[in-house]
Amino acid sequence: MSKTSFKTFGLGFAAVTLLASAPAFAAEGGGHHIDRQTWAFGGLTGQYDKAQLQRGFQIYKDVCSACHGMKRVYFRNLVQPGGPEFPEASVKELAAQWPNQITDGPNDAGEMFDRPAKLSDPMLGPYKNDKAARAAQGGALPPDLSNIAKARNVHNSAFWPKHVWLMAKDIATGYQEGGADYLYALLTGYQEPPAGVKLADGMNYNVAFPGHQIAMAPPLSKEGFQTYADGSGSLEKNAADVAAYLTWASDPSLNSRKSTGWVVLLYLLVTTVLLWLGKKRIWANAH
Amino acid sequence: MAHESHYKPTSRFGKWMDERLPVARLVHGSFVDFPTPRNLNYLWTFGGILSFCLAAQILTGLVLAMHYQPSGAEAFNSVEHIRRDVNYGYMIRNFHAVGASMFFIAVYIHIFRGLYYGSYKAPREVLWILGVLIFLVMMATAFMGYALPWGQMSFWGVTVITNLFSSINELIPGLGTAIVQWLWGGYSVSGTTLNRFFSLHYLLPFVIAGLVILHIWALHVAGQNNPAGLDIRTKADAVPMFPHAIAKDAVGLFAFLLVFAWFAFVMPDYLGHADNYIEADPLVTPPHIVPEWYFLPFYAILRAIPSKLGGVIAMFSAIAILVFVPWLDTSRVRSSKYRPIYKWFFWLFAFTCLALGYLGAMPAEGVYVFWARVFTFYYFAHFLLVMPIVGLIETPHRLPRSIAESVLGPSRGGGITPATAAAAPEKR
Repeated sequence: MSKTSFKTFGLGFAAVTLLASAPAFAAEGGGHHIDRQTWAFGGLTGQYDKAQLQRGFQIYKDVCSACHGMKRVYFRNLVQPGGPEFPEASVKELAAQWPNQITDGPNDAGEMFDRPAKLSDPMLGPYKNDKAARAAQGGALPPDLSNIAKARNVHNSAFWPKHVWLMAKDIATGYQEGGADYLYALLTGYQEPPAGVKLADGMNYNVAFPGHQIAMAPPLSKEGFQTYADGSGSLEKNAADVAAYLTWASDPSLNSRKSTGWVVLLYLLVTTVLLWLGKKRIWANAH
Repeated sequence: MAHESHYKPTSRFGKWMDERLPVARLVHGSFVDFPTPRNLNYLWTFGGILSFCLAAQILTGLVLAMHYQPSGAEAFNSVEHIRRDVNYGYMIRNFHAVGASMFFIAVYIHIFRGLYYGSYKAPREVLWILGVLIFLVMMATAFMGYALPWGQMSFWGVTVITNLFSSINELIPGLGTAIVQWLWGGYSVSGTTLNRFFSLHYLLPFVIAGLVILHIWALHVAGQNNPAGLDIRTKADAVPMFPHAIAKDAVGLFAFLLVFAWFAFVMPDYLGHADNYIEADPLVTPPHIVPEWYFLPFYAILRAIPSKLGGVIAMFSAIAILVFVPWLDTSRVRSSKYRPIYKWFFWLFAFTCLALGYLGAMPAEGVYVFWARVFTFYYFAHFLLVMPIVGLIETPHRLPRSIAESVLGPSRGGGITPATAAAAPEKR
């Protein structure tokens, strides 16, 4: 293989890889720079921190679930490997006491009825439907949180040469924690509005939120944070824990995906090298 | 195929079959002792890689279709079911979604390789046109496939792209609207639209497979092009496909799989858009509707033209123009390696495509529109002006006398005919 064709190959490949990452360019309106946090589940070999997921679930249960449901997460998921892995008995009890009951039926009398949740039921929010939610929340809809960490991302709005560089760096480091970074920034991003900014009725100022005006009142604050069983707690820790929990909820197979992934990559790397050595021998007298 | 097979059946069954249905002879002649140019570089492994991509998409798609519900109400839920509850469903789905992107990465490398080394020139025009058709059907398949998860970007992507046909109203009032409603199966994008997209998404890969067979057939009739752009003239110019080319293809495929696995296992969502994890909602328009990355250059061309109909025509022309490349390029030298002027224009064209991709992801406003117009102009100028003119005025470098000489150097090349005739620019 000549030098020129190697160059062609390299440039061509770099070129399409860069093109491939163009969606990362798409800047969301009113984007704000979002700091990246260090996550246990980040990178090539990252795995969820079980204790963090358990703490995050506690925040969800005690704070978020007042308005937000998680209809795609079932109580059984809290027991399964790769998640918070609570003991089954305590999750059964949790489900039975979950305030938002399951509408089941019709029964023998033809009536629908509410019953306590079981392991096989989803974690519902307090509202029966979106209209009920809007009516109770002054017109705003608290989104279901099952997929929220995958449905949000951070946006790179640097000038294009820097953009290309950041994109290459993200691909090389396997950066995929944009959702968690955004949620952390949102939960810690409540501030007094800067002078001259008029908030619409019922809105709050948040630096991370696109447009900066968010209907959700600060769920956590520097003073109003949740305390864990060991007595510790802070706004930052609460925010990180719940962001980790929500990441798990949207991506419950991450542990298995990443633990399989590095083995697959290692296998492919070794096989590629072996095949290349074999190819060299086959071609030894053809060059 | 064109090459005479040296297949000799060894078993009695082999001999019996060879006189009745010589499949083994066909395979042997096409993939075992088929003569391949000895100077092929790793860019020539992408044909095999693309065959792998097609097979992998069909296989993973087959499994996904067993669990997917193509209805407006259940599509999104069923994808979540696959991700969350089906055994290894998340893995199959990531392979399929990332696989679509990898398919396009490979096809773009393959196309640019063909453009750089002049693989479209005689006698490979039909081979090239079949490739353009495959690319077109691939784009249709990918577009319909992206609709299937029925997330916000699926829904609004379908809305924007199908609405393009309403621009035909500017020519024949009413016809555009009729076509759009016919595509939708109603008066708006709905579950009916999703249903038909699923049906077509399942059909088209097999159309691609058929075209691929023709593509490979045409390749084996004309023989492979190579970095020197010369024909195989003597035995010294070629090596048998097995084991030489196959061994190299295997290295290329596994190196490609490394990249594939990196995205599929480490960053499966990187190549997609976060909004597609929000269920389709006809009442909420996302702030920026962006197609998948592989359509971005064409999307930029669409938006660069101020008139809607003009944009649609430009976008489709950007693909259709590829069909005429064999006749637009007037140089008789195939490989850009020996074309000192055209080589620079090739890289300018490659940069143009990347820039259009970047601009396609940006909002259509201000300076982005200006640059999208500049690069759209060059995209077409490259084919319509640069290719014909440079071919006529350029004096190419001296070509090696043979493929063997290009590999082994002039002393051991042993070419028969001097290639000066091919080096001269075509006189018209």
